Amino acid sequence: MTTTTPEGGHEDGATRRDFLYIATGAMSVVGAGLFVWPLVDQMNPSADVLALASTELDLSAIEEGQAVTVMWRGKPVFVRHRTAEEIATAKTDDSAALPDIALDSDRVQKAEWLILIGVCTHLGCVPLGQKSTEVKGEYGGWFCPCHGSHYDTSGRIRKGPAPKNLGVPPYVFLDDSHIRIG
Amino acid sequence: MSNPGVTTQVMQWVETRLPIFSFINHSVGTEYPTPRNLNYWWSLGSIAGVALVLQIVTGIVLAMHYVPHADMAFDSVEHIMRDVNYGWMLRYMHANGASLFFVAVYIHMFRGLYFGSYKAPRELLWWFGILIFLAMMATAFMGYVLPWGQMSFWGATVITNMFTAIPVVGEAVTTWLWGGYSVAGPTLQRFFSLHYLLPFVIFALMFLHLWALHTSKSNNPLGIDVKSEKDTLPFHPYFTTKDLVGFGVFFVILAYWVFFNPNYMGHPDNYIPANPLVTPPHIVPEWYFLPFYAILRAVPDKLGGVVLMLGAILILFVIPWLDTSRVRSATFRPVYKGFFWIFVVNGLVLGWIGANPPEGAYIIIGRIATAYYFAHFILVMPIVGWFEKPKPLPDSIAAAVLGDDSAKEAN
Amino acid sequence: MSLNMIKKASVTLAATLVLSASAALAAGGGGPALKTQNWSFNGPTGTFDRAQVQRGYQVYSEVCAGCHSLKYVRFGNLPAIGFSEAEAKAIAAEFEAEDGPDDDGEMFMRPARLSDAMPSPFANDKAARASNNGALPPDLSLIAKARVGGADYVYSLLMGYSDAPEGHEVAEGMNYNAWFPGTQIAMAPPVSDDGVEYADGTAATADQQAKDVSAFLMWAAEPKLEDRHRTGLKTMIFLIILTILFWLVKRRVWKDAH
Repeated sequence: MTTTTPEGGHEDGATRRDFLYIATGAMSVVGAGLFVWPLVDQMNPSADVLALASTELDLSAIEEGQAVTVMWRGKPVFVRHRTAEEIATAKTDDSAALPDIALDSDRVQKAEWLILIGVCTHLGCVPLGQKSTEVKGEYGGWFCPCHGSHYDTSGRIRKGPAPKNLGVPPYVFLDDSHIRIG
Repeated sequence: MSNPGVTTQVMQWVETRLPIFSFINHSVGTEYPTPRNLNYWWSLGSIAGVALVLQIVTGIVLAMHYVPHADMAFDSVEHIMRDVNYGWMLRYMHANGASLFFVAVYIHMFRGLYFGSYKAPRELLWWFGILIFLAMMATAFMGYVLPWGQMSFWGATVITNMFTAIPVVGEAVTTWLWGGYSVAGPTLQRFFSLHYLLPFVIFALMFLHLWALHTSKSNNPLGIDVKSEKDTLPFHPYFTTKDLVGFGVFFVILAYWVFFNPNYMGHPDNYIPANPLVTPPHIVPEWYFLPFYAILRAVPDKLGGVVLMLGAILILFVIPWLDTSRVRSATFRPVYKGFFWIFVVNGLVLGWIGANPPEGAYIIIGRIATAYYFAHFILVMPIVGWFEKPKPLPDSIAAAVLGDDSAKEAN
Repeated sequence: MSLNMIKKASVTLAATLVLSASAALAAGGGGPALKTQNWSFNGPTGTFDRAQVQRGYQVYSEVCAGCHSLKYVRFGNLPAIGFSEAEAKAIAAEFEAEDGPDDDGEMFMRPARLSDAMPSPFANDKAARASNNGALPPDLSLIAKARVGGADYVYSLLMGYSDAPEGHEVAEGMNYNAWFPGTQIAMAPPVSDDGVEYADGTAATADQQAKDVSAFLMWAAEPKLEDRHRTGLKTMIFLIILTILFWLVKRRVWKDAH
């Protein structure tokens, strides 16, 4: 805040005037910032979205080798009932050259149940490989058609542009055949 | 092209390609000469501008959460009030901001009436003001429909039914407005669309209003023309800082309503979801429409009431020619000054009548006040201007302000 | 009459008109004066009395919830009135919420969670009317804002039952209540002494219950009231200081204008 009309003389007056202008200017800026914050924050998730509904799932209907996709927080969650062979491959590959190193045992709670967030870590597409008719990629897991990322039977990135493994959502086993995601 | 505000190289670079800085400087800067005697009543114009911007800003963010559907509108407003971060604050700001916008504009209009700001050469400036007022009324009315509560629904029903008063095509026009045979979902959706659009129309009208202002320049409390540079001060920093004081007061008042009395100017019935089968016992519009609502009800004839109400606003267009006084400011018009205040009181009486049911003495008072409203423009303005002997005008603004200490800065 | 007198008279008249207009609006239904209470949430620093609002929730759930829904309040909102998250979960689990469709395409009931709204006692308005002699028990989420007088109205209504005065015909199945518009209300007197048993040992008189549930319903209608008051005070102080600064700046700038 400047004035184009110079005030005659006194050093004191000038200092006090500057202080007043600076204080007022600073307070205005702070006020504007405080006012803008609600305008910004209203776009963040609202309370009902944050009170995230969890998703429950009955696993008993999923045969070995099959997979289902359920919705959780607006995203697909892959639930795959892995075969013994798939589990074995996943464990063997623990020692393979992995772009994003992770042990299969750290990615599952029960070895036969692989539960992953079905969103490619590259740019957010949903990888193929859930249905038996879909391509599963070179490592028998999932294949993202958008930019060609290959995931293995533990959902780990093996080839392609994606930087990270498929994420594991928080979930608990309610009993042997029921899980709650979230 | 040298300009006092253009100091840096970057600004110079921009200035030669788009003279934005000199434009600002000539509009609201040091290059805009402003009568030095403008009092705080003159701040209401820019305060109204701030209110408009506040409405647009809060409105845009509310529209991110509001759902314009008859089944979901009410729920979505409650969603805003309960779940959206700061949603309650933004909605209360928008609702109370609308009221304060009208307060600012009403004071602004009365200021214009008192100081003769509608008189030559400011007729077009005044006209754009009236157009802004009309657009504001339409916007506010449609905005009040959006929460889809009982008052929303029935207010919309009553107001849109006015169009059925149009001879011959009234029914067809009303059906067209509704998009059906009653106020319903389609009506809500088009009102939302128009409620979003009209503020930008107001914004455009505001620019024309300002353009006209910058052509004829500000009137002033003395109502005499600027004669020399001594009569003026640069807009910045004198009137920018003066307006800031007004903004501060405006925001303090707004904060009081938003945080401590947010529902006072609303109506409880609007927290009941719209129900086409039950009409609330008292339908009242928002307070800022009450005087016009009183005029509407003053006439026992449907078409007559609508025409009179419309006339109450349209008559403002011709007052530059109804006022026969050669003097602008009521300060120098001893007779008109009294009539002005009677007119103000009459407007408040109309508002009070509008808030009350049309029965008994309210009807009589309402009719007298309505008649007086028009008489003020049609009789008082021409006749008083004709016979009144104005007090002598000062030689110049500078002479009045600087020469005489008692007249100095009436704030 | 001097001009000053006219001005003064007009200001006085304006104030009178505004006050009487709002009084006329406030009178609304035209019933007797409300039994105004000294609520803890009144005034610019008002807050909800947690214990009272919790008792009010108990009254709502044990007395009102049989007929009245509260659809804009979720179990997850209960921590805002002082319940712990675990308590809120336990309360929710006592209720069932509809979910589905399951893999067979059927809707099913499961224990309610924090993200569920308070369950409605009736499937829809028609079912509600059918079970209530044709009367519709309104949703109570916003009742404290949807009636003139707010919480005072709710309290007055709950405590407003009496025998009909001489010559007042009360229809079959209706009750006399001077505070209800039209004075005839389908709802039987809902609160009675010891109708609930308060966990905190407060004597559950009808009056106490009416107060508590009114406070609870005010919270249900305006859950952000405390936020609003807190933010409001800070905002006011800030803005008043800022306005004074603006005024000082203006004065300083204008000092050399004469």
